Amino acid sequence: MLGAFSRLAANSVWRALILYRLYLCCLQPTLLTLSRAPVTLLLREKLVADTPLQATPQEARAPEVPSVREVLEDLAKSTVLKVQDYSKLSARAIRNLASGPRYVQDTVDQMDDIGVGSLPIVLLSGFFIGAVMVLQTGAQFERFGQASLTGDIVSLALIRELGPSITGLLVAGRCSSGIASELGSMLVTEQVDAMRAMGTDPSRKLVTPRVLATLITLPLLTTISVFVGLIGGMVASVLSLRISATTFWERAIKIVQFSDIMQGFSKTVVFAFILATVGCYQGLNVKGGTQGVGRATTQAVVVSSVLIIVSDTFLTRLALWLADKFF
Amino acid sequence: MEPALTASSATPTAPGSAAIEFNNVHLGFTEAEILRGVTFAAQERETVILLGETGTGKTLLLKLAAGLLHPDSGSIRVLNQEISAMPERELLEVRRRIGFVFQEGALFDSLTVGENVAYRLHEDGVRDEEIGPRVSEVLKFVELAHTVDMLPSDLSGGMRRRVSIARALVTRPPIVFYDSPTAGLDPITSQTIISLILRLRDTYGVTALLATHRLQDGFAMANFRFDPQTKKVLRDGSPGSQTAKTHFLVLRDGRIYFEGTPDELMHSQDRYLQRFLI
Repeated sequence: MLGAFSRLAANSVWRALILYRLYLCCLQPTLLTLSRAPVTLLLREKLVADTPLQATPQEARAPEVPSVREVLEDLAKSTVLKVQDYSKLSARAIRNLASGPRYVQDTVDQMDDIGVGSLPIVLLSGFFIGAVMVLQTGAQFERFGQASLTGDIVSLALIRELGPSITGLLVAGRCSSGIASELGSMLVTEQVDAMRAMGTDPSRKLVTPRVLATLITLPLLTTISVFVGLIGGMVASVLSLRISATTFWERAIKIVQFSDIMQGFSKTVVFAFILATVGCYQGLNVKGGTQGVGRATTQAVVVSSVLIIVSDTFLTRLALWLADKFF
Repeated sequence: MEPALTASSATPTAPGSAAIEFNNVHLGFTEAEILRGVTFAAQERETVILLGETGTGKTLLLKLAAGLLHPDSGSIRVLNQEISAMPERELLEVRRRIGFVFQEGALFDSLTVGENVAYRLHEDGVRDEEIGPRVSEVLKFVELAHTVDMLPSDLSGGMRRRVSIARALVTRPPIVFYDSPTAGLDPITSQTIISLILRLRDTYGVTALLATHRLQDGFAMANFRFDPQTKKVLRDGSPGSQTAKTHFLVLRDGRIYFEGTPDELMHSQDRYLQRFLI
C-alpha cells in the first residue's frame, strides 16, 4: 500500500518535472521570442550615446534568436554545471569536518535557530498528524472489528515514513528558505566576499555549521515529532475509537522493530543533509540582487522538498531490501 | 586623542621590488571580455589611483589583486607571490595580509561595530584580552570609538565606510585596497574618508590601490600628506614634506589608457583624459 503510494507519488513528480522542463526548453523561448519581436524591429536603428556629451547613430544589432537545439544544449550544460557545483559544495561541507578551523559557536547558534526554532511547528503538526492518522485508519479497522490494530499502523507509519518525511518537509520549508535568504543577502551585499577577503573560507564558516546543525537537530526533531504524534494518536483513539490508552500505547511500542527505527533514522539524516546543502547552495549562487534572493529562497524550498520526496522513495526501497537481508 | 600607531609592522616585499604586479591580465565573462591585457606595478608604499568610468573593471581589478577572482590569463604577483593560479586554501593565507575596503563597506550586518572590527582578530586566534584594546585603538583612529556596540544599520553611509577602514587596518596589513571609498557620499564626508586614507598611508606606510571615478580623490592623495608629529593634513611642498609616491592609472575599454604622475595627467592634451578634469 505504502510502496504503491510512493511509486505513484514519484511518478507524478517525474511527470511534473518533465512537463516543466519541456516548457522551459520549447514553449518559454518561443513565447519570449514572440514577445520581443516588435522591440527587435525598433532597435535596428537607434541613437546610442557613447559619451555623456554626444550621441552618434549606430547600427544596433538585432539579438540572435537561439535554436531549440542550442537551448537544449545550454540547458543540459547548465544543469550538469549546477549538479557539479552542488556536489562540490556538499563534499566540501563534509570534508571541512575533518580539519580546522571549526566554528563550534556558529554550529550551536544554528542548532538553536534550526532545532529550537522549528520545535513549535514540529510539535503542533506532529500531534495532529498522529490524531488524523488514527481517525482515518481507525474507521476502516472498525469495519472489520480490528480497531485495536490502529496503534500498530499509526506507530509504524509515523516511525518509518510520516515522521521523517513530514518533519523533513516542514523544516525544509522553514530552514532551507531561511538559509538561502540569509546567505543570499550576505552574497549580494558583498559580505561573503568580505569574509573571503579577510582570509575566512565561507564554506567552513557558513556552510559546514548549518549542515552539521541540521544533521544533529533533524533526527531529534523527528523523534519528538513521532512521540508527539503517538500521543496525538492515543488521544484520538481514546476519544473516538474508545480504545484504552494502555492498549494503544502497548501495541504501538510492541510492533516497532529495530529495522523500523533505523529506516526512519537513516531517512532523517539524508533529509537533513539535503535541506541544509540545497539551502546553502541556492543562497551562495544568487544572481540578480534582491530579486535573486527571493528566487533562491523559493528554489531552495521547491528543490529540497522535491529531493526529499524523491529520495524517500529510494530510501524506502533500500531500507526494505536491507531489512529483508539482514534483520 | 591620537592613537599611538607605529609604521607598518609587516613589509615583506624585498626592497625595490613591486608589492603588486599585473602582467598582461585578461578577464572576461559570458557577455564580454572586461580586462584585455592589463599590465602595471605598484611599488612598496606607493599609492596607485585606478581611475575610470563605471563598468571599466576597477572593482574587478581589485578583486583580482586580492585573489577573489582568477584571471583567464596573465600573471598577478602580490607580496612576491604568484596568486593568479593559487588554490583557495593558500589564497586565504595571502589575504590575511591584505586589507580590503569594499564600496558599500560590506560590514556583517548581524554583528556590532566592535565585533566587525574584531572579526579578523578572532579568526587569527588573538587572545580576548588583547582584542579589546586593539579594537578601541583602530576605532579611535577612525574617530568612531563611541559606536563600538552599535549595529551597522544604525550608522550613516560615511560611518560604515570608516568602520570598514578600521576593520581593514586592525591587523596592520602592508597592502590595502579601496574600492570607490567615496562613491555616493557628500563632499564633506568624502573629504573625511580621504583624510583618513591619507593618515593610514602616512602613519602605517601601506601600499594602496584606490579605485575611484573622482579625480579629486586621486589629487588629494598625491598633493597632501598627514604629519604624525603635528597630527595635521598638510599640502605637499610645505616645510619638511615628503608625500608618498602616487601614480594614476586610467582604465578604458579593458586596457590601461593612461599611466603616469598627477602632473602628467593634469597636463595631458588627450580629449578623453581632459573629460575627467572638467
